[in-house]
Amino acid sequence: MTTASGNAATLQGSAKPPSWLHRNRIKLAPWFFLLPGLIFFSVYVIIPIFQSIWISLFAWDGLGAKEWVGMANYVELIDDDRFYTSLKNNLWWLVLYMLAVPAGLAIALFLNQTVTGIRFYKSMFFFPFVISQVVVGLIFSWFYNPSFGVVGIVWEFFGATPPSILGDEDLVTFGIIFAGLWPQIAYCMILYLTGLNNVSPDQVEAGRLDNAKGWKMLWYIILPQLKPATFIAIVVTVIGALRSFDLIAIMTQGGPYGSSNVLAYFMFETALSEYGFRYGYGSAIATVLFVIMLVYISFFLWRMYQDEKG
Amino acid sequence: MFPKPIEHSSAGVRTGYQIMLPIALFIWLLPLLAIVLTSIRPGGDINAGNVFGWPSDFQLIENYTAVFTQSKAGLYLWNSVKITIPTVILTVGLSCLTGYALSVYRFKWAIPLFFIFVAGNFVPFQILMVPVRDLSVNTGLYNTVHGLVLFHAAFQLGFCTLFMRNFIKALPFELIESARIEGVAEFKIFWYLVMPLVKPAVAALSVLIFTFIWNDYFWATVLIQGDHALPITAGVKALNGQFVSQWHLVSAASLLAAVPPVLMFFAMQKHFIAGLTLGATKG
Repeated sequence: MTTASGNAATLQGSAKPPSWLHRNRIKLAPWFFLLPGLIFFSVYVIIPIFQSIWISLFAWDGLGAKEWVGMANYVELIDDDRFYTSLKNNLWWLVLYMLAVPAGLAIALFLNQTVTGIRFYKSMFFFPFVISQVVVGLIFSWFYNPSFGVVGIVWEFFGATPPSILGDEDLVTFGIIFAGLWPQIAYCMILYLTGLNNVSPDQVEAGRLDNAKGWKMLWYIILPQLKPATFIAIVVTVIGALRSFDLIAIMTQGGPYGSSNVLAYFMFETALSEYGFRYGYGSAIATVLFVIMLVYISFFLWRMYQDEKG
Repeated sequence: MFPKPIEHSSAGVRTGYQIMLPIALFIWLLPLLAIVLTSIRPGGDINAGNVFGWPSDFQLIENYTAVFTQSKAGLYLWNSVKITIPTVILTVGLSCLTGYALSVYRFKWAIPLFFIFVAGNFVPFQILMVPVRDLSVNTGLYNTVHGLVLFHAAFQLGFCTLFMRNFIKALPFELIESARIEGVAEFKIFWYLVMPLVKPAVAALSVLIFTFIWNDYFWATVLIQGDHALPITAGVKALNGQFVSQWHLVSAASLLAAVPPVLMFFAMQKHFIAGLTLGATKG
């Protein structure tokens, strides 16, 4: 590449001496293409990350002067019960949200046929992912309503008193996660359907000749080929679990009594609290969430780096 | 093909499968069906306990008209359009440039910069919230459509750059090389040679970003306060407070909010899925 462009430069250079700009165009060109995007991305994404970490060392209501408090926000966080509730709920989200991966695979296997109308079914199963989480939240608030929701009706049909899922401190987080699983399963399903489409028919045939069937076939022949799909499914599910915000904001606003809070919502609630903004404390919560997320981001980047090299 | 194609199975299995499909779909979409049904029945039905039965009267048009006449849903929908479309154009356009730079040129910074874009795409929103809100307030962009567009476009650049870069990387490099030998200027190579080839990627990204931005709720609540710029997602939440116990109207408004991304998905399904799988199929 460099030699080719070098030749082009010298050929043209025989007429008149090439300018510095012209000689270095291959070196400079990427920066011209990058500049607008890079500036934009730095201002709104990269720099704010460091600003947040910095702000977490201050007490600040967003209006007046910042007051340096050092690690005080983090010390307060360690003693804050709401922080532990949120952390515990985030853990539940992470663990239970993972069910979306096998569930998505199961539905994908169920739908991976060629009967007439299957395309329609595939689209309809994917449907929940396309609608906003706000709408999903409203749908499930309605679904769970003990007096006129589907849950209420089913319970009453069996003669039982319907539980108030979103009003019960022990059930509420699971109710919200269940609602969140609905679109997430759809996402994983579509990843697997595309993956299954590309499974090598030769290997499946070879497996059949070796008498591999059912679970064995799935485990030893199909799943290894679905590895890229599984990788993406896990990544987007982890990120989705840690980002969970919309559903909580819509369905419970962290309640009852903060029992369904997660770090993302806890941070929002604290920073923009009705009782006065607490930017510093909020940023400290955000920093903790960021550090947790960084583990997964690093893992993803490391995997990508391996692919780039190999 | 796995699992075994059903047409090689016995007639019984095949019929069984055909019966299973609609039942499975019905259960899967049950929560949605419940609110579709609610959105077309009269409000009195719910108070009378008729929630899941046949509506006493079909009020499809009445209920949906009521949403527009009794609330600002029309304004919210229009705000969503004003936020979503410019964001898509801005971010997809910029990502063509960044994706091109990071895939075609081999320079020392290509991989580190690429990874910064990818990492930025995954960060939690909350780590950006306070500085971005503060920046918007200080520059007069708080509570404006432009402010939201600029932020969204910048943030989505992470995902779009990842996608574009990988897409362009997969194009035959010899094309670009031979154009260079012919002495074609770098920008002309980008514009006349590469841009026509990345059209499928532009389509995939456009539908995907459209859906992401249309469905955004978090940034709308952080950066917008008044009705004049509130998008429909945050608007539906506001309507929920306004239409207390008028469930038929809340349902209708929620479904309205979902219509544009759903239409987009059905119209451009192939591109949509290509975007979502992030090249998971190639490996």
